[in-house]
Amino acid sequence: MKLTLRVWRQQNAEAPGAMVTYEVDGISRDMSFLEMLDTLNEELILGGDEPVAFDHDCREGICGACSLVINGDAHGPERTTTCQLHMRSFQDGDTIDVEPWRASAFPVVKDLVVDRSAFDRIIQSGGYISAPTGTAPDAHATPVPKPDADFAFEHAECIGCGACVAACPNGSAMLFTSAKVNHLNVLPQGAPERETRVLDMVATMDEEGFGGCTLTGECATACPKGIPLPSIAAMNKEWLRATRKVRR
Amino acid sequence: MSDYTNYRTGEPVVDSKAPEGPVADRWDTRRFQAKLVNPANRRKHTVIVVGTGLAGGSAGATLAEQGYHVVQFCFQDSPRRAHSVAAQGGINAAKNYRNDGDSVHRLFYDTVKGGDFRARESNVHRLAEISVEIIDQCVAQGVPFAREYGGLLDNRSFGGVQVSRTFYARGQTGQQLLLGAYQALSRQIAAGNVELHARTEMLDLIVVDGRARGIVARDLVTGRIDTYFADAVVLASGGYGNVFYLSTNAMNSNATAVWRAHRRGAYFANPCFTQIHPTCIPRTGDHQSKLTLMSESLRNDGRIWVPKAKGDQRPAGEIPEDERDYYLERIYPAFGNLVPRDIASRAAKNVCDEGRGVGPGGQGVYLDFAEAIQRMGRAAVEEKYGNLFDMYAQITAENPYETPMRIYPAVHYTMGGLWVDYDLQTTVPGLFAIGEANFSDHGANRLGASALMQGLADGYFVLPSTINDYLARHPHSEEIDDRHPAVAEAVAETEDRLHLLLAVDGDRTPDSFHREIGALMWEFCGMARTEEGLREALHRIPRIREEFWRRVKVPGTGEQLNQALEKANRVVDYLELAELMCLDALHRAESCGGHFREESQTPDGEAARRDEEFSYVAAWEFGATGDAPVLHKEDLVFEYVHPTQRSYA
Repeated sequence: MKLTLRVWRQQNAEAPGAMVTYEVDGISRDMSFLEMLDTLNEELILGGDEPVAFDHDCREGICGACSLVINGDAHGPERTTTCQLHMRSFQDGDTIDVEPWRASAFPVVKDLVVDRSAFDRIIQSGGYISAPTGTAPDAHATPVPKPDADFAFEHAECIGCGACVAACPNGSAMLFTSAKVNHLNVLPQGAPERETRVLDMVATMDEEGFGGCTLTGECATACPKGIPLPSIAAMNKEWLRATRKVRR
Repeated sequence: MSDYTNYRTGEPVVDSKAPEGPVADRWDTRRFQAKLVNPANRRKHTVIVVGTGLAGGSAGATLAEQGYHVVQFCFQDSPRRAHSVAAQGGINAAKNYRNDGDSVHRLFYDTVKGGDFRARESNVHRLAEISVEIIDQCVAQGVPFAREYGGLLDNRSFGGVQVSRTFYARGQTGQQLLLGAYQALSRQIAAGNVELHARTEMLDLIVVDGRARGIVARDLVTGRIDTYFADAVVLASGGYGNVFYLSTNAMNSNATAVWRAHRRGAYFANPCFTQIHPTCIPRTGDHQSKLTLMSESLRNDGRIWVPKAKGDQRPAGEIPEDERDYYLERIYPAFGNLVPRDIASRAAKNVCDEGRGVGPGGQGVYLDFAEAIQRMGRAAVEEKYGNLFDMYAQITAENPYETPMRIYPAVHYTMGGLWVDYDLQTTVPGLFAIGEANFSDHGANRLGASALMQGLADGYFVLPSTINDYLARHPHSEEIDDRHPAVAEAVAETEDRLHLLLAVDGDRTPDSFHREIGALMWEFCGMARTEEGLREALHRIPRIREEFWRRVKVPGTGEQLNQALEKANRVVDYLELAELMCLDALHRAESCGGHFREESQTPDGEAARRDEEFSYVAAWEFGATGDAPVLHKEDLVFEYVHPTQRSYA
């Protein structure tokens, strides 16, 4: 395959960026999208140019590092992570736009690399259960009904990639935040911190500059792990419940 | 240059911390013997932790909970992305929740035997004891393990053992356990007890007066080289499987932290012990950047075959039954497709070497479910393996319900690593190594679902109990700063190396050298090793290294995010580590676990272990680049599990 790539190049956080056009040839349909970028980068290095910087690591769809907007879609045309997207999803001769996540809470570091540390700070503000090592009772001391365990797991699958934020017209982090709130709040182990967790995480989310939620639903459509849109409604319910309880 | 193979055997190395007495009492004994640090004094101690995977994440969180000041590093943008996240299968624990005869002693026995009698009994018994506490800890953190309808935890059998002791969270157990550790660590970051440096990579170890006192690290965004000082340093930087270029490791997993520590005096143990997993998705061409594992549970129902004729290019469906060779069923009629990982891997290599491999490049064998679909029905196969079939279809665009899967072995795990004593301390006082970065518990072969167990055992329970002893014995570290000669030297060496990489300005990319050394290692130090092949590799490696420093090209500067520079710097270390792996494989003229020497086989072609000569840990002391290292042997003593030769014929 022969392709025309228009790639966002930006030297660093302060420098202005621009789309730069590259031609790549000899691309195999079996290549992953990132292997196609590897090929471009090998050529750029040999030509003495700086390779295109992008985040990636496990390349099996679980670490959440890869984060490209491809032709306007977070992670591209398939519902998967960028690393699991293959070139057979494109046609010979295509022009493909490659951009970083676009959100004010995710500033560009360089080229296609963005700073997602705001997600870490949301987790730090309450996305855990306080259980210092050594304090745990036997694992079978508290049975968890299977539907609750499955609900927790479904939300715990979030890989923290940020596609939800990138896809949202408001740059909202509601799907990410709700996934963690719902994972922990449904479990009996998470009950003691149920109210503070949701209140603190939502407050941090707002402080970090993420936008508000208008239930557009783009987030759940872009999520490679299928975190469902009702996750947001469930968190709103938790938040409302916590607000009332804390006031009382 | 001296001859690298002309190594010298030095003094034996002794694990001075392992207590005597009954194996079941040793961990209690050691914890009682260990000195403690008064809780009020702990905050005066700084501990550096490098890495945030299962071992590093759990260690950082626990040390901070105990009151130490922790300074932690990861090269990823977030600690949640460490490659432990990708582990699929599960985590073993001797809970005996199934009442099926499991016990701490049975898990201990299975692990020593599975490691082909090249692990320490004391360490393995401790691991089995702690396994039960890990499950309790993770459940308390909210790890959503699979449960049954009664609300209790589900278990499955894994890796050919006869009990169900594996806890799991669908095919994402590693992810869920890692997020548990990450969340515990996040809590300590918020509390100000852990100072986290993300996108920061350790490039050297600082050793002052014989003790580990800090690290040199590079901020990957600004390129700034900084020094960090502490009273102890913990390496939790993972394994070195990426020396093979293609592996199931993450792209950025690397050996730099452990190799730099080795160069500063930490012995490297059993570097040739690598695990090659038989069921991975084959490569599709030279562009391949990594390999993806498929759970080996597929071998329970899939049948493995290749065409009988060499170079048979027909599609699988057009090859009649009598022209197929179900070679595992033919060679190992008793175990068939369920032979252990190393045997299945080698057999696949052999048929491909004969020219009977399938798929692009002939590097693959069929894993066929046609018979299973006929026997069980498609719905039953879908119920059991649906998610794996989907994953395969996503990557290959082939439908495994209709055409057989293609699989091929891939490098998956490294049992070798930095030598550590019972306290997980390396030969450099104050330097500890945990998780896959050390060598201690898996011997020559790791069992399925045991990596997660070891990482969390080390991080949550072992290290936090043993590091106290070191810190209590060294209560007042002398203040050091950048002007100290040892610090200045480490910084200068790091800066020089980076400057040199940028200055060569040659005509080859860092990746091209990584591919070259990887292909060489796969050929000569992969699934089957020979003296001749290893000598050939040892002859070629110094030449590749020489060419690297003459022809590598790294654009850009060091004062910015420069992924080509990061890569080149990691390749420098692979080019040295590869040499030690080959030497270790050459000197160990026996077959054991993941290390198969063709010269050491039984008459029927099985691995022949040679206990009289090789029942020891090979701990290597660094000389200089390209100079022969010194071998220190630690004799292994088996008091409880008596060595036997395995047989699967």
